[in-house]
Amino acid sequence: VIDKEARRLYIMDPIQTSQSLEEKKLRNLSGYFVFHFMLWWNGEDLVKPICAVSGNLNLQVEHFTFLPSIADSIREASLVISHAGSGSIFETLRLGKPLIVVVNEDLMDNHQSELAEELAEQNHLLCAHPQTLRETVEAMDLHALQPYIPGEARPVVALINEFLGFPV
Amino acid sequence: MGFDAFAAACCAIPVLVSVLAVRVAYVLCRSGLPPSRSRASGLRCLIVLGSGGHTAEMMNIVTELQKDRFTPRYYVAALTDNMSLPKAQVYEKSLIHGDRETIIENAEFMQIYRSREVGQSYITAIATTLRAILHAMWLIIRIRPQVIFCNGPGTCIPLCASAFLLKVLGLGWSSIFYIESIARVKKLSLSGLLLYKLRMADQFFVQWPQLQQKYPRAQYAGRLM
Repeated sequence: VIDKEARRLYIMDPIQTSQSLEEKKLRNLSGYFVFHFMLWWNGEDLVKPICAVSGNLNLQVEHFTFLPSIADSIREASLVISHAGSGSIFETLRLGKPLIVVVNEDLMDNHQSELAEELAEQNHLLCAHPQTLRETVEAMDLHALQPYIPGEARPVVALINEFLGFPV
Repeated sequence: MGFDAFAAACCAIPVLVSVLAVRVAYVLCRSGLPPSRSRASGLRCLIVLGSGGHTAEMMNIVTELQKDRFTPRYYVAALTDNMSLPKAQVYEKSLIHGDRETIIENAEFMQIYRSREVGQSYITAIATTLRAILHAMWLIIRIRPQVIFCNGPGTCIPLCASAFLLKVLGLGWSSIFYIESIARVKKLSLSGLLLYKLRMADQFFVQWPQLQQKYPRAQYAGRLM
């Protein structure tokens, strides 16, 4: 099921996801992937346990707290694992990359999970909880994901123009 | 003397209240109807930005707007949000053509106090909300927007409420366009719910058909992202 080529795994803001990727889970996955972690916020503390084991495994860990545009990093990735923020989700989908969204209802507002669940139902991404992330990655079939066709602002703006009496 | 003043107050107060009530009713009826001014020059806009996906969605709208119709553009973001205004500035700079210096002429960038930070206690939030409302009123009076675009961050509520108040007092008219965030699939945000129920928005957009069915006065015109 899992591709044996070395892959780049790009993780966005995984305060929740990194906590779920403990050493034994990394071991299970590292035979198949080169990990390229990118962490936001207080990445230092989160990265330490991962870096400690990375020497034994086929792991390449990078982290940063702010990048003006993560688009380039996403483009290089074969898979993106992200929190359920709409910005992260759509930035990844619009670049046509496979996405696993980690929903952690303990740590954030419920409203973020609505979007992830709806898009998972439409088969544009995979949804997981921190506890189920490993199984999701092991069982994932990325070819089954449907490409996401981006929306656009034109219809809304046309209605706004019409309301204001501008010629459309 | 005292009795006369008291009598005067007794007459004045009911009159004032009635006038205000009539004005509020008028504004509510007039909302949702196109404004009647002529299109000589551009419309002064207030664009409310918010953290996370809010700004990305809003900039999608701004990119699509015809700039000669919507100018000058005032961007507002919360004081503690340090990512949204730079994004707007990058966009506005990209609109400048030619060899002129990169001075943005048709846009201004402002920050506003938030009513409540994430995790802040609700008791201290009363004082900070009051401060946010006063600051919002000040910004609205200063800018006198003719059009307001917002899509959900809490910062838009004091601004929209202030704009509504100005309408009631007859001191200016702003058409409020609210586009609920794409992250809202089944339920409206608090900002959206307030603007929808109080009928303060002239046009109210949702980005998922399920929401449009639940809130029939909303319009569904596809997704922004």
